[in-house]
Amino acid sequence: MPRLYDLAHCRAGDKGNTSILSVITYDPADYPRLVERLTADAVRAHLKGIVQGEIERYELEHIHALQFVCSNALAGGVTTSLALDAHGKSLSYALLTIEV
Amino acid sequence: MKRTVRIGSGAGFQGDRLDPALVLAERGELDYLGLECLGERTVALAQLRRRKDPSAGYDPLLERRMSRLLPLAKKHGFAVITNMGAANPLAAADAILGIAREERLAIKIAVVTGDDVLGEIRSDAPIIEARGTLADYGEPISANAYLGTAALLPALESGADVVITGRVADPSLFLAPVAFRYGWSLDDFDRLARGTCVGHLLECAGQLTGGYFADPGRKEVANMAWLGFPFADVDGEGNAILGKVEGTGGAITLANTKEQLLYEVTDPFGYVTPDVIADFSRVTLAEAGRDRVAVSGAKGKARPVQLKVSVGYHAGFVGEGEIAYAGPNALARARLAGAIVRERLEGQLGEMRVDLIGSTALHGRAFDASENPYEVRLRIAARAATAEAAAVVGEEVEALYTNGPAGGGGTRKYVHEQIGIVSTLIDRERVRTQVTVREWSPHAATV
Repeated sequence: MPRLYDLAHCRAGDKGNTSILSVITYDPADYPRLVERLTADAVRAHLKGIVQGEIERYELEHIHALQFVCSNALAGGVTTSLALDAHGKSLSYALLTIEV
Repeated sequence: MKRTVRIGSGAGFQGDRLDPALVLAERGELDYLGLECLGERTVALAQLRRRKDPSAGYDPLLERRMSRLLPLAKKHGFAVITNMGAANPLAAADAILGIAREERLAIKIAVVTGDDVLGEIRSDAPIIEARGTLADYGEPISANAYLGTAALLPALESGADVVITGRVADPSLFLAPVAFRYGWSLDDFDRLARGTCVGHLLECAGQLTGGYFADPGRKEVANMAWLGFPFADVDGEGNAILGKVEGTGGAITLANTKEQLLYEVTDPFGYVTPDVIADFSRVTLAEAGRDRVAVSGAKGKARPVQLKVSVGYHAGFVGEGEIAYAGPNALARARLAGAIVRERLEGQLGEMRVDLIGSTALHGRAFDASENPYEVRLRIAARAATAEAAAVVGEEVEALYTNGPAGGGGTRKYVHEQIGIVSTLIDRERVRTQVTVREWSPHAATV
């Protein structure tokens, strides 16, 4: 099975204690595969221990992208977290290791 | 008359590089230059500086940025719009007037105030991010409402060379001049949404031109040391072509524009600003030449009835210490070091975190490689009520030199105050904004 890293790129953003992971396919032909396999449940299982809250997935077929809005994912939130990467900037690359 | 308005993005955060804005200013043929320099915590820190010194509290880099930008703005005839006023926009205007006097440049500055609502918020105000009210957090340091285009329009109408503000929604810094130039109604929500989309793409500056994007061998970006910052040519409908100055580093591609379109957007179908609720889900991006991407298709719904308020509060202190290990069994020695410090500090401090940098610090585990690195850096962080108590963390880590596992080197220790941020909402009517115009001219001056 290919890794997500082979099919898509990802950028992480943050709002408070919410991490927003944008997954964008390199090739639009791979978009249906991601819609089918990269479910919110799959992402939740993969990021177990990091994302403590709900994950909402948005489908953006115009740009062949999926947006994952992960609540309670930044160790209490950007401003008061003890984490080294308080913003979760590096979480994009944790997600890209998932097999799809 | 040109068919489009060109607006550049000269900074994407408080500490951003200074030189890319100068390249835009000199060679960008700009109508406006926006600089977004005010993070959530930045304004609370600025408020603390203002309390110590009433003439302080604006962006610490303001003089460095503006002394170089102002002559270029006057030479090329573009206006600067920035939130570098932070917690003290009027004092920021004084500082800019000082620069103009020194350079003998005629200048008009429009200062937008009214975002500071510390006196207006109540401790029983509900928090957006969690259950509970403001009273559940520490003493508020700052409370700033996110202002929008409505607050900026009178400043632009004054014909100012510089519009200086405190807290303004980031995309509004870029939407406002476009709405002003085309005379858009503030109820024209589709146009406002399209302008907001452009502002959102521009607000992080280098993140649109290859910054926070490059991945060698996978997502190549050329000449990143000299990344160009972006501009947008926006037409009367709010459709735009993104671009950057010829010869600068980086690239504007469909791929990085898509990443930035979705960046930090918690609902792509309803992105909320003070101006509009924008739907980015049907945005169309198209290549329009080298380093040019066309953007269109955002839709808008009526602006929210309340404004978001960002409240800063004291959240205690954090102490940190680091020490490094390498070679055979490095990970086990780092773990032992962490256990030693944990045992010695048990019960003395608040929440404590032990990280193994190089192995599992960022994600708690290694996702696709061995957790056993050649070298590993131990990091310990803990909360404390005072700076003195927090300092013990670094002291304990440093003492591992002579009391800890073999081969520990390169210790560092830090103490910093934490400023927490929570958000609440305020009725628009309770936020009264004002524009103050300050001018100076070498001809009118007597000294």
